[in-house]
Amino acid sequence: MHPVITLVAQRLALGLLLLLAASVLIFIGTQILPGDVAQSILGQGATPETLANLREELGLNEPAVTRYFNWLFATLQGDLGTALTNGQDIASSMGKRLGNTLFLASVAAIIAVPLAILLGLIAVRYQGRWPDRVISTVTLATVSVPEFLLGYIAIYFLSVKFRVFPSLATVYDGMSLGDKLYAISMPVVVLVLVVLGHMMRMTRAAILNVMQSAYVETAELKGLRKFTIIARHAFPNAIAPVVNVVMLNLAYLVVGVVVVEVVFVYPGMGQYLVDHVSKRDVPVVQACGLVFAAVYIGLNLVADIVAILANPRLRHPK
Amino acid sequence: MRMPLSAAIGLFFTALYFGAAIFAGWIAPYGMAEIVGDSWEPWSMAHPLGTDTIGRDLLSRMIWGGQTTIFVAAAATILSFSLGSILGFLAAVKGGWIDQFLSRTVDLMMSIPSLIAALVVLSVMPVTMPVLIVVMGLLDATRVFRLSRAVAVDITVMDYVEAARLRGEKQVWIIFREILPNALSPLVAEMGLRFIFAVLFISTLSFLGLGVQPPLADWGGIVKENKEGIVYGIPAALIPAFAIATLAISVNLVADWVLNRTTSLKGGRG
Repeated sequence: MHPVITLVAQRLALGLLLLLAASVLIFIGTQILPGDVAQSILGQGATPETLANLREELGLNEPAVTRYFNWLFATLQGDLGTALTNGQDIASSMGKRLGNTLFLASVAAIIAVPLAILLGLIAVRYQGRWPDRVISTVTLATVSVPEFLLGYIAIYFLSVKFRVFPSLATVYDGMSLGDKLYAISMPVVVLVLVVLGHMMRMTRAAILNVMQSAYVETAELKGLRKFTIIARHAFPNAIAPVVNVVMLNLAYLVVGVVVVEVVFVYPGMGQYLVDHVSKRDVPVVQACGLVFAAVYIGLNLVADIVAILANPRLRHPK
Repeated sequence: MRMPLSAAIGLFFTALYFGAAIFAGWIAPYGMAEIVGDSWEPWSMAHPLGTDTIGRDLLSRMIWGGQTTIFVAAAATILSFSLGSILGFLAAVKGGWIDQFLSRTVDLMMSIPSLIAALVVLSVMPVTMPVLIVVMGLLDATRVFRLSRAVAVDITVMDYVEAARLRGEKQVWIIFREILPNALSPLVAEMGLRFIFAVLFISTLSFLGLGVQPPLADWGGIVKENKEGIVYGIPAALIPAFAIATLAISVNLVADWVLNRTTSLKGGRG
């Protein structure tokens, strides 16, 4: 069999194994910690009867291993259980929110990825001169501010002072795509700013690394234009690290979404998770944690596989 | 060697913030939870940054909040560094199954995003300061482990480590007397970045209502308390943004300088 297929298959298997291990970790994180889950859900004022009832409902009287496998098999069959707080089916309430979150994240990614790579290329082209300095300083500033503060700065200036965009991202069924895009304009701006900095800085570093190799020097000595050298010689060789950077940042975007959704009151997965963490609704938190971990592991896996596919030494073995 | 201007500025502001955090009790004009005026008073001589949503002096809140934020972040950083670097060095020196076990455990922990992992754990743990510090420290120790293992692997193959081994020195000596001094500079630079990460992390948790609990002040919490004002054009919630950003940038500048200075000692870039 072609070695690339073997390698990719190995990565896929490894990814699945990692996801399984992550599910164990999430389960341990919520179940076997010091203290009783039922006690910490109900707080100090719990009576023995309510405690016993909740333990029964959560299945806490069974051993942890049994509970883990019950949970795992139910999850594999698409049954995420019911929320403790309102008794609703988790899978169905999560479905629409997951769609919303993916919509928000992909709009942000479609804008951020080309922009970051372009800015990275410009920064390398004018390395050490003012365009590089300006881009680097501005992105350092956006990286140094947490997402939620970037969100409020954006609200303060864009929604309140200049009234360009709405400050709350309200979406509902039956909205046209244009309306939806307008509604999520603010969270998209914030998410783009958040990942742009990291992505641009890492792209710049990856290309600069390639720029030091002998063939780039040869191209320079041939008298090629600086931008041609970067676009034709350096960039193709930097694709693997750049794709890696992009994927890592998309994974980061998935996490950034959690906070940004809370800021803009956007009905997505992040808000769902945060709401239920404060209500100590363990089944919902587990389900959300698993979904986030799956997306994160999936994106990292894609990064790995693209890096393999982008390497000609692996594609054309001797 | 002269200190570059950027590093001097960075060092000045870092010292300023740490000084304000340490001496909060002396320099804060009012108490942390003292109500001294109407809600959201504008900036004035009595209240240089105005008042907050229930009329507490915002400058005092910022100073007290800085104390909490910097304390929690520093404690988490110290924990993550002691744990991560010692385990990282151990993995590099011992190799074999210890290395495999530690490295794979860290890979696994890093396969879940830190914020998600913290939220999952905090959904069942009581949200108190020691719990926050331990959770943040443990999650961050994975990053420190990776770096210190990578650095130490390069050092363990050096002749002087070999010599120490042949002299019959113990593992503890090799870790603390041979590897640690040589791995210190990249670790110190990394420490700055991890500290900033911890500040951002605790602020985010507090903003989500899952970090430092009221009535204690902290920068993320101040944003949470004053966020309603934004819509009416009251910038109170943006003041912590300024504080966090300037602290982050100045610590970054210092870390950059430390890294540059130590690489130039080895004949690298100037």
